[in-house]
Amino acid sequence: MRWLRLVLLVFFAALASPSFAVQPDELMKDPALEARARALSAELRCMVCQNQSIDDSDAPLARDIRILIRQRIAEGESNDAVRSYLVSRYGDFILLKPPLKLETLLLWLSPPLTLCAGLAAILFARRRTPAATQELSAEEEAQLAALTGDERR
Amino acid sequence: MIVEIGHFALVLALCAALAQTIVPSLGARLGDPVLMGVGQSAALTQLALVTIAFAALVNAHLTSDFSVLNVAENSHSAVPTIYKISGIWGNHEGSMLLWLLILAIFGGLVALFGRSLPRALRANALAVQGLIGVAFLLFILLTSNPFERLDPAPFEGRDLNPVLQDPGLAVHPPMLYLGYVGFSIVYSFAAAALIEGRIDAAWARFVRPFALVAWSLLTLGIAAGSFWAYYTLGWGGFWFWDPVENASLMPWLAGTAFVHSVAVMEKRDALKVWTIFLAILAFSFSLLGTFLVRSGVLTSVHAFANDPRRGVFILAILAFFILGSFALFAWRAPVLKQGGLFAPVSREGALVLNNLLLTTACATVFFGTLYPLALEELTGEKITVGAPFFNATCGLLLLAAASVMPIGFSLAWKRGDLLGVIQRLTAAIAAGAVAAGAGAAWLRGGSIVAAIMAGVAIFVIVGSLIEVVVRAWRPGLAPGLALRRAFGLPLSFWGAALAHFGVGLTLLGLAGVGFGAETITTLHKGAPVEVGPYSVTLDSIGDRVGPNYRETVAAMTVRSGATVVAMIEPARRQFAARQMATTQAGLATIHFGQIYVSIADPTPDGDVPARLYWKPLVTLIWFGGATMALGGALSLADRRLRFGVAARARAGAVVAAAE
Repeated sequence: MRWLRLVLLVFFAALASPSFAVQPDELMKDPALEARARALSAELRCMVCQNQSIDDSDAPLARDIRILIRQRIAEGESNDAVRSYLVSRYGDFILLKPPLKLETLLLWLSPPLTLCAGLAAILFARRRTPAATQELSAEEEAQLAALTGDERR
Repeated sequence: MIVEIGHFALVLALCAALAQTIVPSLGARLGDPVLMGVGQSAALTQLALVTIAFAALVNAHLTSDFSVLNVAENSHSAVPTIYKISGIWGNHEGSMLLWLLILAIFGGLVALFGRSLPRALRANALAVQGLIGVAFLLFILLTSNPFERLDPAPFEGRDLNPVLQDPGLAVHPPMLYLGYVGFSIVYSFAAAALIEGRIDAAWARFVRPFALVAWSLLTLGIAAGSFWAYYTLGWGGFWFWDPVENASLMPWLAGTAFVHSVAVMEKRDALKVWTIFLAILAFSFSLLGTFLVRSGVLTSVHAFANDPRRGVFILAILAFFILGSFALFAWRAPVLKQGGLFAPVSREGALVLNNLLLTTACATVFFGTLYPLALEELTGEKITVGAPFFNATCGLLLLAAASVMPIGFSLAWKRGDLLGVIQRLTAAIAAGAVAAGAGAAWLRGGSIVAAIMAGVAIFVIVGSLIEVVVRAWRPGLAPGLALRRAFGLPLSFWGAALAHFGVGLTLLGLAGVGFGAETITTLHKGAPVEVGPYSVTLDSIGDRVGPNYRETVAAMTVRSGATVVAMIEPARRQFAARQMATTQAGLATIHFGQIYVSIADPTPDGDVPARLYWKPLVTLIWFGGATMALGGALSLADRRLRFGVAARARAGAVVAAAE
């Protein structure tokens, strides 16, 4: 649990520091490139914070990665290239959207599987229920007809 | 001395809870009314004792008694009174005591107002409620004693975490806990029904008010928390799919499904097994949420508490109650008699679909939250499951649920006429399509998700209005008479319509985010900066001193063209006791939308780096939440839940008042 304390420490240190999520001095001149940089940084996790993208985070590390992304984009790299560079450096942990691979297959399949299981359960329950209410036998029908004076057809 | 009385009261409460668990269940088994009756007095005794303990802690915090560890660590003599009180549940020990108090309150309500219930059902339900009390009392007494003394007492406290020094803390956790813990009653009754092997519409009628109270407060609690995060964390986000938020969303989703299916059970005597399942699920997720937040298993913005010993203890509680109830469910559920047949296309059928989608969404949140933990434990590999995953999966499921909602709401019980309903909703469908089209045109080539959401939102809003009109008015009817008919509609109908309307509002607010604008820049004094249709000008920078902080305030004027719309004062606060700073956003509400400005520390030459947002319709997100909760409260006031048995009439009224 010591790492947890460390993370919290860094987190609070980040809160206490005068820094700030995306700062005016970081912005790129070209709005199209800047938009790409923003979109990309919204997909990336700030490694020392909790569940914040580097776009939202005011931690120094997030700032470093934001600047790194902009440098690479300015050098003409594609979004994919920047992303895979960061993954090679920090691992899948940096991606807020986990990539689809063997380890995450179950995660990605969990919604459709749950939906199918639920549907199956509903169909199963429906097939079971009608059996509980049996059709009236001919004798009972006759009895019913006698009682209701043939009002029912 | 008062502190020791509080501690001792907790020990006595444990004894009362033990009696509440053992005696009535024995009585139910033996069919002895006297033993069963002990449940009520034990529950009320437990409530009284826990109240004494809580009052003792409140007193220690109010008087800043720093000889109590809990006070010394989480309070400060200079903290305003409201934060002295809300600071009680701003920490682990205090919040567990609040949890326990609410548990005891719900137990007490059953003891007081359950007179119309079958004796054995009430006895068993109180016994289960008592058992939950025993578990959490043991947890508090053994691992999280809020009354621990500190010797020698420090001269001054370490202050409440500045992030928590906000009215949000006074509102958000108590509401959330009332919601979480309110489902404990539903759970206890489900377990009691399983023990007895009998469940009927009367069960649903008694449980429904509790479920509605819990659901409404949970809705409010989540909305309050979301709003708090929005204005306090400084980047204008309102939902982060943070594990701790997910922890409160899961019981909400399961609870929403339960509130719907218990309505089917009450009206049509159908979906019994499913309702019981959801009852267990809702409280299981509440327990899971407590575990996730309180054990420190997640490293998250909210994880201020971390002590593995506590984690293991809560895990044991979690495992016992969840596995125990599901085992009971697997064993006894087949005994329950099914009733109430219905065609697939019917109100019941639509509610089954609603339940299916909500439970799947709930399961998705569950997997998304716990998968990274499990994967790291099993393979050591670290992954992140963040907002993009949840938006693509859970978001999609909820959007689907919302888009079939108006149709289901318009279908008749037993056998519905789908074509007729779609004809009835033509205006709503058309309005939704127009809204989506206009939105897509406005966004021009951007992501069309926001446009689709806007379309669904309008469909839902107009759809719920149409349903009210159709019930009250038909062509040729005088408006006055139609109005009278509208007032005559059952309150539970109004509640449902209002809650659905609220869902539409929230969706519209969420869609609005996609139409917003953002400007990141350095503000110079007197130079206006455009953000969306407005402009913001920095007027002056000044310093102010608060009760326990100093702040740098940047005064700004928001203009639309040349007219002044609002003045805002975003600020940076410095808290001396913990050497921490917080950001106070500057907010101006304009037609349901907001201008949101958060600043960094000013530069030496008097410029202010700032993020400025225009967030159209954003307040609808929380208005929608409040509207949903109001819908729940209206349903609660329904005649059906008030009349019937004299004793129950009072129960309904009091529960409504407690709200």
